[in-house]
Amino acid sequence: MKNLSGIWSIFFMAGCLFSCSDDTPQNEGYIPTPLDLNTPEFFDNSILPPVIPQDNPQTVEGVALGKKLFFDPILSGDKTLNCAGCHQPEHAFSDPRQFSVGISGEEGFRNAMPLHNLAYNFREKFNWDGSANSLEEQMFGPVTNPIEMNNTWSNVEATLQESSTYPRLFLEAFGTERIDSTLVTKAISQFIRTLISGNSKFDRYLNNEISLTPQEENGLNVFLDESRGDCFHCHGLPSTPLWTDNAFHNNGLDEVITDRGLGNVTGDPRDFGLFRSPSLRNLAYTAPYMHDGRFGTLEEVIDHYSEGLVYSETIDPLMKKVSEGGVGLTESDKADLKAFLLSLSDPSFISNPDFQRPN
Amino acid sequence: MKKIVLLLLLVLTALSCKNDDDAILIQADSSVDFTFTQNWNGQTIENSDYQNTTYVNANGESMTLSKVNYLLSDFTFTSVTDGTVYASEDYNLVLARDGENTTFTPDIEIPEGDYTVSFTFGFDDEDNDKEGGYNDLNSVDGFWSVPAMLGGGYHYQRIEGTYINNAAEVTNFQFHTVRANRHETLPPGPDTLVELRDTSFEVNLGTVSVGTTTNIEVKANIAEWFNNPITWDLNERFMVLMPNFQAQLDMKENGNTVFELGAVTQ
Repeated sequence: MKNLSGIWSIFFMAGCLFSCSDDTPQNEGYIPTPLDLNTPEFFDNSILPPVIPQDNPQTVEGVALGKKLFFDPILSGDKTLNCAGCHQPEHAFSDPRQFSVGISGEEGFRNAMPLHNLAYNFREKFNWDGSANSLEEQMFGPVTNPIEMNNTWSNVEATLQESSTYPRLFLEAFGTERIDSTLVTKAISQFIRTLISGNSKFDRYLNNEISLTPQEENGLNVFLDESRGDCFHCHGLPSTPLWTDNAFHNNGLDEVITDRGLGNVTGDPRDFGLFRSPSLRNLAYTAPYMHDGRFGTLEEVIDHYSEGLVYSETIDPLMKKVSEGGVGLTESDKADLKAFLLSLSDPSFISNPDFQRPN
Repeated sequence: MKKIVLLLLLVLTALSCKNDDDAILIQADSSVDFTFTQNWNGQTIENSDYQNTTYVNANGESMTLSKVNYLLSDFTFTSVTDGTVYASEDYNLVLARDGENTTFTPDIEIPEGDYTVSFTFGFDDEDNDKEGGYNDLNSVDGFWSVPAMLGGGYHYQRIEGTYINNAAEVTNFQFHTVRANRHETLPPGPDTLVELRDTSFEVNLGTVSVGTTTNIEVKANIAEWFNNPITWDLNERFMVLMPNFQAQLDMKENGNTVFELGAVTQ
């Protein structure tokens, strides 16, 4: 009987094989050119590989299309705003304004996050509040958000479909000229996954190419010292090159939580006021800081952790001496910590020609 | 043509299969599953208890928990019959609040029989100093690595939360367990480290009968970290415990009564 069921299985599989020819895709057999991410060796040796969805592999054509879309205002309702309008390459794909301004002239209410090393967000919780569960999902938001691009996906799809260039580019990237929102988000995600930053001064120091200044060295010690900075429990240490845990914390900014952050997404009061730790890479280019861009300088950020902490119910237990406002760093340690933090900035990332606006 | 060849190959494969009834039965070795649970003196700690439920420790301090993460390694089965040792040299990082890695199957198969089951709390020095480290532990939510100036390697455990201090203030605590590191002067720096001591320890769960399918519950009584034999005073030791040599030695002492064998199901 078991052998008989095996034979039935064969007939079933054979049926499947032959029925496939009835639904031949328009470009059967077309395979876009696979593209490996250009990952730093140090990353490969110290952390897990980048997250690349099985249904959206990196390809040369997909990345090129994603880049074109990223810099093209065609995605916005009035065709005036592109992704780079709020995620500017020269600012490590963040926005120097506290709040970005959408096509209606209305401001947002959170600072635009920088875009780098997002392929290494292993938990795949994106945005300040973790509201997107994948990079592709994140891409859906800004296009239709009334205070950002204020468009509709049906309009985006129609506009792209009518263009003289995009149908061919989608054909090259995905083997079909039929453009839909899913393919748009896939292409942009492929481009964003290429935005890898791993060539800061500190990276080169780890690679024994250069030395740190004494000030930067002491700043690293402050960063790693539990009794002073203790920054590493949320932002990592030299053996972990992302400089963020990509987790959510209440870092003692407000006594009264007005923006619930992660709590808005989960509905759990224990998550009220929690926001995703940003990476400390490229701080030289990503001011202002915090989820609401309230601090214009790194000095203000350091002062906050040193003497500006305030208690609220969900404050992270890693925040120390909250009743005293913080650990009270010396002015010398503050300056050294800032020097170290700036050593994590990567000039080659913001000048990488692959990441610039197309001419 | 390719499809036809594939079809023929599948037919031949199917027809060549033996009837299971004809197979010779060979006793296969078994893997063993572990389930990790946490409690406070017998009261189960669920996700909803974190940041909500108040516990009172042996020193009388009211406290809440926000995070309970711990690393277990080197799961080992020693045959009661002939003393054969089956060591998995595997590790598992339990993220209790989120319920991640609360079940674990060491990468080893053993014959049915009676075994003394043990594992290591944390990493022993050999594992802690493994060249190149562990990419997965370097990538987990909540950094697990330990700064080089504290001896490097990895955390054994992170328990975090709040307690009410002697001034009746809600105060954060970080009960972080690492390899004990002694410094000539504090705060620690690149040249202050004078001694490292392996403060991981073996947990012996006792004898377990392993069958074809076996699940072993490992219960962790979190209260014991603050209780026995050293009554932990959070007012004195609530933060910056990683470079506190004596605190780490005392944690090891208290850890000896934290873990125990729970339900064994076949």
